[in-house]
Amino acid sequence: MNLLQTIRVALRALRRSKMRSFLTTLGVVIGVSAVIAMVAIGDGANARVQKTFEAMGSNMLIILPGASTSGGAFGGFGSLPTITWDDVRAIQTEVPAVRGAAPILRSVASVISEDLNWTTAVNGTTPDYFVIRNWSAVRGQLFTASDVDAGTKVLVLGKTVADRLFGPGADPVGQQVRVKNVPFQVVGVLEAKGQSAGGQDLDDAVFLPSSTYQAKIQGGLKNVVSGVVFIGAASQADTVRAESQIRALLRDRHRLQPGADDDFSIRNLAEAASAQQEGARTLTTLLAAIAAVSLLVGGIGIMNIMLVSVTERTREIGVRMAVGARARDILLQFLAEALTLSIAGGVIGVVLGLVVAWRLAVSFGWPVLFRADIVVVAVAFSGLVGVGFGLYPAFRASRLDPIQALRFE
Amino acid sequence: MAGPSLIRIEDVARTYVMGDVEVHALQGVTLTVEEGEFVAVMGASGSGKSTLMNLLGCLDRPTRGRYLLEGQDVSRLPNDALAAIRNRTLGFVFQNFNLLARTSALENVELPLLYAGISTAERHARAKEALARVGLSDRADHLPNQLSGGQQQRVAIARALVNRPRVLLADEPTGNLDSRTSVEVMALLQELGRGGITVVLVTHEHDIAEYAARVLVMRDGRVRSDERRTPRPAVPPPPGPHEAVEGRVGP
Repeated sequence: MNLLQTIRVALRALRRSKMRSFLTTLGVVIGVSAVIAMVAIGDGANARVQKTFEAMGSNMLIILPGASTSGGAFGGFGSLPTITWDDVRAIQTEVPAVRGAAPILRSVASVISEDLNWTTAVNGTTPDYFVIRNWSAVRGQLFTASDVDAGTKVLVLGKTVADRLFGPGADPVGQQVRVKNVPFQVVGVLEAKGQSAGGQDLDDAVFLPSSTYQAKIQGGLKNVVSGVVFIGAASQADTVRAESQIRALLRDRHRLQPGADDDFSIRNLAEAASAQQEGARTLTTLLAAIAAVSLLVGGIGIMNIMLVSVTERTREIGVRMAVGARARDILLQFLAEALTLSIAGGVIGVVLGLVVAWRLAVSFGWPVLFRADIVVVAVAFSGLVGVGFGLYPAFRASRLDPIQALRFE
Repeated sequence: MAGPSLIRIEDVARTYVMGDVEVHALQGVTLTVEEGEFVAVMGASGSGKSTLMNLLGCLDRPTRGRYLLEGQDVSRLPNDALAAIRNRTLGFVFQNFNLLARTSALENVELPLLYAGISTAERHARAKEALARVGLSDRADHLPNQLSGGQQQRVAIARALVNRPRVLLADEPTGNLDSRTSVEVMALLQELGRGGITVVLVTHEHDIAEYAARVLVMRDGRVRSDERRTPRPAVPPPPGPHEAVEGRVGP
């Protein structure tokens, strides 16, 4: 008997007990669809984490100035300005693993347009900031290094602020706004970044040159950075090296003795990002493992039914042997039945899994990623389950003694 | 001599071991069957007639002795070779028909051809031809449970014939049939015998054995008598009121 005939005989046998075939397949269908759906959801979660961190800026470090201690109470990092503008320039020029460094001087203030006002985070910074954070303008343009040098009164609006002051869809470029009674010209609107990992609206902010900020918004303290410094490392792999190089440089510049505490702290966001991604990946693996267990249960279901089927059809096997079936023909027939059940289950499971993942994505607003390789692996694995769990029953069938089999009641 | 005999068994014994008891089912049987013979094997249960049939049908191997089929010693052949011989040279008819359930008459008849590796088109053609030969052309698409006992046995005979075997082995073929249908089946077997096929029939009914030209009687694993005689022709009674209730005739 050739392969095609074997498959046809198997299909005919399965069709003779439709309900049982359907229920047996169901085990594999549930297993495979669970794998597909879980992996899609897990990958979606992973992608969301990645996107969040990309929005935050890639390969990013943040330097917080030192902590003040008064009367034994630790004021927390950032309470004492210890980073000078010279420190920032030194980091930029002397640390090779650093691509850019930008201060963020921040206060909350009311921004007033002709008709409306909106209280938001007002940030003084340098153009490097937009490079580090991967942020570009959708309207107009960003301010430049020469704006910083000259201290021009220009600013860039976050998307949320632009909508609040000028209405959604309006073009505020060229308009005037006032911050602390100082008129500024809007030169650009930033692209929307959405929420940060902490749920904070990244678009609810305005940015102006750091020199202008110091002169018009903040006042005093010209030599130190009364804020934080964002550092962009050359690549994600460079973040750890950049961190230690910056630490060494600042300790040296601040003349800290060995053993003395740092008067600043460095946060490595790239590391936090990869830790979160690791978490999401673990979640995917865990979900897939649970789903794989249900696929295994489906396989055991196939084995169970095939064993029952072999017992039930002992006489049929006897007849087939009497009319000339070899042991191999019987083996292949039962194997083909198990394989047909499991592969059919695999294919139906893939379709069902994709539909389930898509439904969940739509109704809960989860991101879902469909991966072709998982589909192929799931179908192949279900085939493997069919062979693995079908082999023993098929072997038992092929080893029956035709005389005993024909006499079986 | 005009070539080897179709079937020749020489001093064949078959011993089963059941736990620590040895059962001597056959104890030295020598037998020759020529092409075209119609042989009935009779005997009480336990006489060894079923064991003899299993050996003749290449479903079993003798513990001792030789079995020459078409001149070839098949008593020591491997399983696959025996399967091929069962497929090509032998045809089986069983007491309980042994048709595959929920499978059409045509597909049942096709079964041996499937294992002979014959193409679908030729399988259909030859299975239809075999069904026509047993008078069931119009029942090709019926399932076994839609057929009477006599019709089921005729489908089984068609299945036995479809690969054009030289020997037809029938184990109590009328055991599950009423007397009228039994005569019909015996008439069919006699007709096949006249067509040149060798028939070996196991039965414990004397009136069924009367349709054979040669009767072997077995007892305790040995052949007690072996006589040739003129067979009674099987003539089914003309269709009467019985026809409508075929298969349900009382004892």
